Amino acid sequence: MVQDKTLGSRLFDIVNYTLLSLIGLVTILPFIHVIAGSFTTVTELATKQFVIIPTVWSLDAYKYIFSTNTLFRALGVSVVVTLFGTLFSMLLTALMAYGLSRKDLDGRGGIMFMVVFTMLFSGGLIPTFLVVKELGMIDSLTALVVPTAINAFNLIIMRNFFQNLPEGLEESAKIDGCNDWGILFRIVIPLSMPAIATISLFYAVTYWNTYITAILYLNDAAKWPVQVILRQIVILASGLTADTSGMEDFVRPPEQTVKMAVIVVATLPILLVYPFLQKHFAKGALLGSIKG
Amino acid sequence: MRDTAVGNATLAKTRRNSELLRRLVKNRALYLMILPGFLFFVIFKYIPMGGLVIALQDYQPYLGIMNSPWVGFKHFERLFAEPMFFTILRNTLLLFFMNLLFYFPVPIVLALMLNEVRREMFKRFIQTLVYIPHFMSWVIIVSISFVMLSMDRGIINELLVMMGFEKINFLMSNEWFRPMYVLQIVWREAGWGTIIYLAAMAAIDPGLYEAARMDGANRLRQIWHITLPSIRSVIVVLLILKIGDVLELGFEHIYLLLNSMNREVAEIFDTYVYTAGLRQGQFSFSTAVGFFKSIVGLILVMGANWLSKKVGEEGIY
Repeated sequence: MVQDKTLGSRLFDIVNYTLLSLIGLVTILPFIHVIAGSFTTVTELATKQFVIIPTVWSLDAYKYIFSTNTLFRALGVSVVVTLFGTLFSMLLTALMAYGLSRKDLDGRGGIMFMVVFTMLFSGGLIPTFLVVKELGMIDSLTALVVPTAINAFNLIIMRNFFQNLPEGLEESAKIDGCNDWGILFRIVIPLSMPAIATISLFYAVTYWNTYITAILYLNDAAKWPVQVILRQIVILASGLTADTSGMEDFVRPPEQTVKMAVIVVATLPILLVYPFLQKHFAKGALLGSIKG
Repeated sequence: MRDTAVGNATLAKTRRNSELLRRLVKNRALYLMILPGFLFFVIFKYIPMGGLVIALQDYQPYLGIMNSPWVGFKHFERLFAEPMFFTILRNTLLLFFMNLLFYFPVPIVLALMLNEVRREMFKRFIQTLVYIPHFMSWVIIVSISFVMLSMDRGIINELLVMMGFEKINFLMSNEWFRPMYVLQIVWREAGWGTIIYLAAMAAIDPGLYEAARMDGANRLRQIWHITLPSIRSVIVVLLILKIGDVLELGFEHIYLLLNSMNREVAEIFDTYVYTAGLRQGQFSFSTAVGFFKSIVGLILVMGANWLSKKVGEEGIY
């Protein structure tokens, strides 16, 4: 296609590149606006409206949001849930995916059907809530991890990846006297690092972004992860509902700069892992979508 | 003679059984690996499906499923008699069609545009930018919108004033809820949605384009006659998946946007189940609402899949 050097083709390129640049800009501008806004003063934001690089730099907003320990505590909860959750999910997913990847296993088709069916039909909110409640997980951080431990889609991606590894590897490991656990942990997992990295990052992002499960299962504000606090400070503080629980630390309605700072803090970890994330995810997503 | 045949059959059967047993024992490590995940699906997916029976009861938390009184279809009858039911159904369907009409084509167009870019660096740069929002939670996306759209110093309203317009209360109005909802989805998901289309486009035989150029097709005609038909089956599969999602409009997203001022257009099945069930404690009634939703969803996926096979496409299963 590159060889096409006609006028029409060049015009097409110009229009295409311009439009794509604009789309890229529109996608990213809101983030830049919020990040820049969080590092400036309320007055600068008020007089200049749109700030890309602040002329007056200020950390006031950050000083304010970290003046109480509400946000520190929430960040701590999110970090713990993300770390343990990712580990737990990955372990369960990898084990199950490996077992299901072995073609000689009796009952494998039935179990796969059982997994796929959960993607089409579910008991819904209330029955799931009642199960979680019966298990005594209400107001416990385990409620953020255990009821959502395995994502069926991630499981299928992992299984397909394992299935595509050459079978000869397992055969030769067996001849060398390796049992199934040895094959999984000493051969299959080390060879699957790209898939494991991708799925781990998917899980980690999901756990960092955990919000609705916290709303459903945690009444105790001290255990809320950072996304719930973000909602309290930005969305509820916009005066849209009468529900101001958890607002006690932020008595007066927060300024724009403060809201922006909280958004940045809640987003930061993803922005930090993003470059690393990006290297892997396209491959990972394809793995799942094409062979899924 | 007959006895021996029967005897042989039994023998073969026992042999098959012992063969199966042998394989089960041989693979015990694999079954042990599957067990935790299996238990997860049983406990958190299948037991709740069984829990749907409380839609037919007057479920009392103290009595439990075993002892709560059975009431037949009372809750379903109430559901269909409730005026709110039709509001919710209308909102759900409207948001779904807007989603289909205004969001679904965007990743396709964006992928077509990206596919025409020959400078790898530029292409990767734009992709990096447009993928970012997908990794942000709905809380973050909605929060950023709120900061930008608020009446008090929101940049959009400040710009409107600068251009001589009135401020608009985007967040608390019926008219602006739907456009805002769709725009947020486009902003968050359009870039990410291109991945699968781009992969399908990468698999197209370059010879086809060469032949088209020989025939004098310009870039737009090449897109129309080669690229688009080549990704047809991918589009159909994603359309089926989307239709299957009719009733999964994103509980979290809408819950965050919902307020007393836009309830009339924003309330959907999931938010209603949450309010009626967990907030007001009407467990049985809201389970019936959720049940209705799940069944309709299942029928729609299966119907869409059947239809796709009917028109000669692959379908998803």
